Amino acid sequence: MSSKIILDFEKPIVELEKKIEEMKLMSNDLDISSEIVFLEKKVNDLKLQVYKQLTRWQRVQIARHPERPLTLDYIHNCFDSFIELHGDRKFKDDPAIIGGFAELDGSPVMIVGHQKGRDTKSNLYRNFGMSNPEGYRKANRLFAMAEKFNRPVITFLDTPGAFPGIEAEERGQAEAIARNLMQMSSLKVPIVIVIIGEGASGGAIGIGVGDRVLMFENSWYSVISPESCSSILWRSWDFKEQAAEALQLTAVDLKKQGIIDEIIEEPIGGAHKDPDFMFKIVKSTLIKEIKQLQKLSQDKLIKNRREKFYQMGVWNE
Amino acid sequence: MAWFLRTKDNITEKTQREMPDGLWTKCPTCSDIIYKRQLEENLFSCPKCNFHFRIGSEEFIDIIFDQGTFTETNNNLISSDTLNFVDTKPYKDRIIDAHKKTNLGDAITTGHGLVEGHKLSFGCMNFNFIGGSMGSVVGEKIFRAAKYSLEHKAPLLIITTSGGARMQEAALSLMQMAKTSAILGELAEASIAYITLLTDPTTGGVTASYGMLGDVILAEPGALIGFAGPRVIEQTIRRKLPAGFQRSEFLLEKGFVDTIVPRKDLKKTLVQMINWFGK
Ligand SMILES: [Zn+2]
Repeated sequence: MSSKIILDFEKPIVELEKKIEEMKLMSNDLDISSEIVFLEKKVNDLKLQVYKQLTRWQRVQIARHPERPLTLDYIHNCFDSFIELHGDRKFKDDPAIIGGFAELDGSPVMIVGHQKGRDTKSNLYRNFGMSNPEGYRKANRLFAMAEKFNRPVITFLDTPGAFPGIEAEERGQAEAIARNLMQMSSLKVPIVIVIIGEGASGGAIGIGVGDRVLMFENSWYSVISPESCSSILWRSWDFKEQAAEALQLTAVDLKKQGIIDEIIEEPIGGAHKDPDFMFKIVKSTLIKEIKQLQKLSQDKLIKNRREKFYQMGVWNE
Repeated sequence: MAWFLRTKDNITEKTQREMPDGLWTKCPTCSDIIYKRQLEENLFSCPKCNFHFRIGSEEFIDIIFDQGTFTETNNNLISSDTLNFVDTKPYKDRIIDAHKKTNLGDAITTGHGLVEGHKLSFGCMNFNFIGGSMGSVVGEKIFRAAKYSLEHKAPLLIITTSGGARMQEAALSLMQMAKTSAILGELAEASIAYITLLTDPTTGGVTASYGMLGDVILAEPGALIGFAGPRVIEQTIRRKLPAGFQRSEFLLEKGFVDTIVPRKDLKKTLVQMINWFGK
């Protein structure tokens, strides 16, 4: 799939590809096939060179790519019979976090995930995937229901952060997130977390405590976005590249730090280059993970989950 | 109170650093002149307008615990710069400077002692240690204080003051939200009381984890308490915030704080609550 949106570091690749296309059109008149073969090899080498050595900031850019598959794309392509369930039963429905019933390979599961928009209109509706307290409270309600009916939980993380607004504060953004952290850490059913795009801070971990935390190769997860980190620590918006490096926020980084369990590899260039491939991988991975977790007793499941988070942290003693 | 008798230890030094030198100080809200000794006797709150000056763990320990009963624990846990984080200054240097400046192990002091004879497990954050930020050490010390509560069936009190998670520990600091909330879940299952006292300021990942998970949530008068900081909210919504927004009284009105406790009533209130919770 060729993208309409080109990231700055992808320009040399796209230019070379365009040149090859032009040459192919001319090749009816001239014999330049050997030259085309040469350039095709060159473009492949260039792709490997660029995409295999992405900087952390470049991965952040891919994680935010406007064509990147979103939570609903995974829901519709990896699951069957999705029924969306709305509302927190307290205040309202928050379109920035969605959830509901679905079947994974014939078995019932509960899905919860951040949902971004695709264009201006849908992004305004989804608040750019920035949830209000109602989103976390809806998740809380659905997690409790999953526990009540003994169904595994799958969450998809993709948020630039919990919404920092007046109403969000008035209605207890912090309390809503805190409540979920405690609930998820002791929930009696398996929880698998998949970080598909952006995992920004408390807004992400607010639906991110689970038995298995899987992370896409080109997604990021940290305490703060590189831009905000730059603005606070460097007192300028211009140090986002350095901030991304300093935060060590990629899947490989977090695997090293013991924060995530598995990296899900993406096609060269990112998930949007071959969504069907991603749907297949995600589906088969989830089936495998949930099968493994369902072998554990309830006590063991919760004990392992807690123990995993208790181990997190590095200090001198 | 005990601390102004101990003139040579670091408590007095710290108090002086947080407040202007000299025999008197000016209240930042009512501009009243308060004599230092009067301020100390009034537990660092203004006798005229009740403004609460920021204090640290040493002062809170003196206010809450029966004299000579407090034992500090895990003060040997020191922050480690595992990511080699450098912004305008290396994190390693920030840690060293914070130790020098505050004489504290990290942004939280933990331990246990007696309150009117009742055993209490305790943690109190210190804002002057890297903005009271929560990193791995803060998470682990809270984890161990909660473990102590579980093992001794003692209630847990955490006093918060924090700018949020410590950015220099990146995702590791974010995970402390889950770690602390998970062990507090074990306390809840064991029916062991957990009390939080939110002091000025408490924001970010600290509010959004152990700050808001108390069986009872207490706040000091006028404390700034929230998830997002006021500056971030103003940048997002592009307008000024109303007066009193995110203050203790606002949170009480919105239903996120059980009660506001002036410092002079703190010990009495805690004892009443510990009694109510029972053994
Ligand atoms: Zn005053």
